[in-house]
Amino acid sequence: MTELKAGWIRGRAGDLGPWPAIGSLVAIAAVLQSLNSRFLSPENLTNLALQLAATGTIALGVIMVLLLGEIDLSVGSVSGLAAVVMTILHVREGWSALTAIGVALLAAAAIGVLHGLMHTTLRMPSFVVTLAGLMGWAGLMWFLLGDGGTINLDFAGFVSGLSDTWLPPWLSWAIVAVLVLGRAGGVLVVRRRRAAAGLPVDPPWPAAILLAVQALLLAGAVLALSADRGVPLLLVLFGGLVIGLDAVLRHTVFGRWLYAVGGDAEAARRAGIPVRRIRVLAFALASVLAATGGILAASRLSAVNQASGGSDILLMAIAAAVIGGTSLFGGRGRAYNALLGILVIQSITNGMLLLSVDTDIRFMVTAAVLVLAVAIDSVARR
Amino acid sequence: MISATGITKRYGAVQALSGASLDLRPGEVVALVGDNGAGKSTLVKVVSGVITPDGGTISVDGSPARIAGPHDARALGIATVYQDLALCENLDVVANLFLGTEPNRFGLLRGIAMERRARELLTRLEVRIRDLTVPVAQLSGGQRQSVAIARALLGEPRLVILDEPTAALGVEQTAQVLDLIARLRERGLAVLVISHNLADVRAVSDRVVVLRLGRNAGEFRTAEATQEEIVAAITGAADTGVADAGAADTGAAITGAADD
Repeated sequence: MTELKAGWIRGRAGDLGPWPAIGSLVAIAAVLQSLNSRFLSPENLTNLALQLAATGTIALGVIMVLLLGEIDLSVGSVSGLAAVVMTILHVREGWSALTAIGVALLAAAAIGVLHGLMHTTLRMPSFVVTLAGLMGWAGLMWFLLGDGGTINLDFAGFVSGLSDTWLPPWLSWAIVAVLVLGRAGGVLVVRRRRAAAGLPVDPPWPAAILLAVQALLLAGAVLALSADRGVPLLLVLFGGLVIGLDAVLRHTVFGRWLYAVGGDAEAARRAGIPVRRIRVLAFALASVLAATGGILAASRLSAVNQASGGSDILLMAIAAAVIGGTSLFGGRGRAYNALLGILVIQSITNGMLLLSVDTDIRFMVTAAVLVLAVAIDSVARR
Repeated sequence: MISATGITKRYGAVQALSGASLDLRPGEVVALVGDNGAGKSTLVKVVSGVITPDGGTISVDGSPARIAGPHDARALGIATVYQDLALCENLDVVANLFLGTEPNRFGLLRGIAMERRARELLTRLEVRIRDLTVPVAQLSGGQRQSVAIARALLGEPRLVILDEPTAALGVEQTAQVLDLIARLRERGLAVLVISHNLADVRAVSDRVVVLRLGRNAGEFRTAEATQEEIVAAITGAADTGVADAGAADTGAAITGAADD
């Protein structure tokens, strides 16, 4: 496919894309494994998969606004608020889990639209709008939680089950087969249609090698995770979101317009693109994805409390998007940047916990990786 | 034929246009020249629908036309390529050509159809870009200008307006773009070029229209006019009788910032 070639050309032109993240991921895994041989064990990899899904989903939302060249500082608070809304409706009001989740996601969408409208119609900088959101929505969440401060979810219920469901090996392998064959089929169909349309067709080798590497990585992950409890449903949900959003960004008119607005808003406006609507939609998507992440986090904890969506979640989500290769200046980035970035960050966190290193060191190491990733990118761009 | 007659436009205390006129015919390249502040950009904005004039008429094929916005202009077959090109540098050539008008089925991009049409169009215009999948940021200035012009042609216009198409280009790339403009004429399009560069104007245009202080200050058949005559009309030296001094100093290229 043209992807690999385009990647190579961009590489020469200074856009390294995902390569710094892949490099640091390999390096971090090697170092941590050498320090503690349990790092790459099936049990720990399963933990890693469970830990990264929630923040990774929030990072996906951050990418939506980063592509505009904007920022959303409220994703942590919105994730906590949505989880609390869902839990109150489900546990206190007795609504069904799916209805409660649906309402929480709708509420988040409304929040995102509000952010977007304040940004576009009032022309407030996104930094300020979402900084207010960061404080305001956290305040609302604490208000809703009331004096108790903690609401537990039923351990055996649907919401908790999201993070305590494991795919049987046959299903995992079936999914891998569908992904790999589907991608191979897609590549072949595109090649045939390009040839039929008289367009140049690249040599098959790069695409075949890329696909083989991806298939091996997927198979390796399934093997490792199946040696423990199986592939966690949580990871499949996150992976599905990454693949789905990648398709939306690359193959839909909305995705194309999002990149256009992020690349040059004035050019997009003159080309007749509804710039405001695209911006509002991106903020809405960011909030909905943040809410989804918050609900996944509540599922893993089987509870919501005053710390939901707080502490370092926002910082880690933004860092993951940037480490994964998304530009802060808009117009450049892919959905899988969230997966790569959160893998790097969560590996550090997880490895530091294994080594019984405290938060102080973990923050410093994460900061170093963040600086390194962005520095490599900046130097390469010159 | 597209004609603008007696166009007036006032910005606050500044009278940008006081009765300027312009006739544009199929298969003819008209160069619109004038000093900074002569009203070139204002006149072009009126024709392309970006601003509405205070007075005057625009007619298409003899019947009066109403241009209240860029959409009206586009519907009449008027396409404008602005000096800044309005390309998204992070997107590739194909994406830029179809920006805002992407062929799609239920919101899904029809990538292969787009690339095929892009390739056909660029081949027909003899624009050489080796790889249509690289971001526009990596193209040369001449290639970018060509992409912007090609994009204007996708809507099958009858008039193409080019605002300072060669201002930022080197010698070879300027030649490429001038060739492209000549091919637009061969295809029977009316072309209006705004330029500060008299050498380019002489190389590519059939007719030169000079604006000065918001009024028509001269019109020449390019083949018959001398550089001195054009410069004299631009500077107003023809009125005051000091044509030679102005013409000799100013030389081939009257440089300076665009007047917008």
